[in-house]
Amino acid sequence: MKTNNKISGAEAVIKCLLHEGVDLIYGYPGGAIMPVYDELYKYQDKLNHILTRHEQGATHAAQGYARTSGKVGVAIATSGPGATNLVTGIADAQIDSTPIVCITGQVSSKLLGSDAFQETDIIGISTPVTKWNYQITRAEEIPEIFAKAFYIAKTGRPGPVLIDITKDAQFNDLIFNYKKCYGIRSYVPKPKLDLSQIKEAAKIINEAKKPFIVYGQGVILGNAEKELRSFIEKTGIPSAWTILGLSAMPTEHPLNVGMVGMHGNYGPNVLTNECDVLIAIGMRFDDRVTGDLNTYAKQAKIIHLEIDPAEINKNVYAHYPILGDCKESLKILTSKVSKNNHDEWLVSFEKKMKIEIDAVIKNDTKPVKKGLTMGEVIVSINKYTKGDAVIVTDVGQHQMVACRYAKFVRSKSNITSGGLGTMGFALPAAIGAKMGAPNREVVAVIGDGGYQMTIQELGTIFQTGVAVKIVVLNNDYLGMVRQWQQLFFDKRYASTEMINPDFVTISKGYNIEAERVNERENLNNAVEKMILSKKPYFLEVCVEKEDNVFPMIPSGSSVSDIRLK
Amino acid sequence: MKEKKKTYTISLYSENNVGLLNRVSAILLKRHINIESFSTSPSEIEHVFRFVIVVEVTESKVKKVVQQIEKQIDVIKAFYHTDEETIFQESALYKVKSSSLFEERHIQNIIKKSQAKIVTVSPEFFVIEITGFRHETENLRSQLEPYGLMQFVRSGRISVTKEKMNITEILNKFNEK
Ligand SMILES: Cc1ncc(C[n+]2csc(CCOP(=O)(O)OP(=O)(O)O)c2C)c(N)n1
Ligand SMILES: [Mg+2]
Repeated sequence: MKTNNKISGAEAVIKCLLHEGVDLIYGYPGGAIMPVYDELYKYQDKLNHILTRHEQGATHAAQGYARTSGKVGVAIATSGPGATNLVTGIADAQIDSTPIVCITGQVSSKLLGSDAFQETDIIGISTPVTKWNYQITRAEEIPEIFAKAFYIAKTGRPGPVLIDITKDAQFNDLIFNYKKCYGIRSYVPKPKLDLSQIKEAAKIINEAKKPFIVYGQGVILGNAEKELRSFIEKTGIPSAWTILGLSAMPTEHPLNVGMVGMHGNYGPNVLTNECDVLIAIGMRFDDRVTGDLNTYAKQAKIIHLEIDPAEINKNVYAHYPILGDCKESLKILTSKVSKNNHDEWLVSFEKKMKIEIDAVIKNDTKPVKKGLTMGEVIVSINKYTKGDAVIVTDVGQHQMVACRYAKFVRSKSNITSGGLGTMGFALPAAIGAKMGAPNREVVAVIGDGGYQMTIQELGTIFQTGVAVKIVVLNNDYLGMVRQWQQLFFDKRYASTEMINPDFVTISKGYNIEAERVNERENLNNAVEKMILSKKPYFLEVCVEKEDNVFPMIPSGSSVSDIRLK
Repeated sequence: MKEKKKTYTISLYSENNVGLLNRVSAILLKRHINIESFSTSPSEIEHVFRFVIVVEVTESKVKKVVQQIEKQIDVIKAFYHTDEETIFQESALYKVKSSSLFEERHIQNIIKKSQAKIVTVSPEFFVIEITGFRHETENLRSQLEPYGLMQFVRSGRISVTKEKMNITEILNKFNEK
């Protein structure tokens, strides 16, 4: 018999979420999580559950939500296949440091290890791709573990946490008493700032002739956009973004010189190997950024501002590591550097930019040839959103083009799968992004390949009416792979050409207004109409089939060997 | 110059967590690092566990691996040390037919010389144990082999460091906060 002050484990799960300020979760029900769904039904006025059409969609939506709102995203699924379907999104969140909490149902504790129906070792499976995970087998553990999960997901370098709850723990009763977590003795989310290094670093910066800043997502995750800007403006140092750092600074800022990395801008890549001091802020020297490590910035003194001790010296040796929260370290560093400008050095970037404009950008954004380019579509989107939209991209050529040409005036506006490169990310992530920032325009830019990986989430859009704008850049190819085949495999287009369905008709089946553009003269009108719509909207733009994205650092090459064609 | 591989002992202090073993071995596995030996036990601090892992890698690699291990939520602190910086031992058990003990006088000398301890004697077999360095347990094994070793097993390395471990200080600092 239930005594009055006891509640079920399933109800406790809901209460924990409410205590953590969660009002929206994404998920998909099934046998092992049904007690929690039953409680969701009772609490639906306080906690909104969005039924995605696949569990992978739930994780990506939670990621999109987390990245625009700055809060923790939550995804919930049943045991077995429900749990394994979450894995791609969890891995994506791990490598891109996105705070999400995933909840999975599990078979009853007495059945564990018996190969029961839909039993899967999700703890074992998710261990390498979670910041932390835990299996709850007793109802009494629920409050403490949830408090810990949220604390771990959002503090320090954020990441995904998975909680697996056996069915009996959901059914059994407990006395509910929630205490938020404020610390774990074995976990140091923010290492203490090392001031000695800051002093030395400031000196090096003050003496530098050709200093260069590369900033990453750490700036956004640490809410350090203002601090970054003050630092850049005081020192006058040219600055470039990594793909995940994009939007931390307004793209049009005069000291913002472009993107580093495989398909980044010409100047920032080439001049990485000419700068005398490289200041890396909240970034982790991914191989897509550095190219060949043996020839990466060897001439430069490296200052690395980073919250995760394991990232210091992991790929690139830091002469001056500044461990800690970059919001704090940037503030102190700014106070210690002298006001300066590097106009002459900045001219080198401008010169390189001219070369890139002539060789690449002109043809991408103001093409004279007949076929539409991906670049001009992004330019058109910029025009009608005034650079104030959240742009969610999938993975491939369209992603690189969008991250090269999209304009941003606000942070937390570029949502993409960077580290894992997960095709199928964009559509569900856009749903979450819009729900995390309901007052903002959210435009998903997706390739025809990746779109079909999670196209079923149109059902979620249909059911919720969430007003995302979907732009599919259709080249009838797995374009990025085709580009590599063209450049490195003698044009042997093995399984990259697609016969695509009629995407407009599919949208209409979901009651989503849709249009297709084939001609340049219709592009602007179509984009404008899409942006003016207050509802979900689908726009397919048929682009040139065999365009390539340049510049490009061939994989394994030096940043200096970036190709313009 | 190519960095040389060396034997390193990774010691880590952790909360007792069932999943941690999996996390730690995944970190090593991902980098193709072979675990030469592995042991876990309680530590000098109540409720705190200690892992001792022996690997053979370059120093830059062990450094990175230890940082990845320490990053795990339930790990309080992780260290790596060379053999010179630690005091370490392994134990071995040898099960031998009892008949050989009585028939071969020689075997009694081997046992005496190796300072092995007799753990058990029964009509069918006897079990001896020694604790020492790898070459000592190996040496005894090769000496006993001709007399019919029924079973042989060696433990993972256990080690303490010469340097002080300030785990209690770390934990106290947390409690003060
Ligand atoms: C899940 C997944 N499978 C495979 C890949 C490899 N891959 C990277 S880009 C790409 C092509 C993407 O094609 P599309 O979505 O049409 O975009 P496009 O490059 O044509 O713009 C592929 C197959 C991936 N990144 N993710
Ligand atoms: Mg395509």
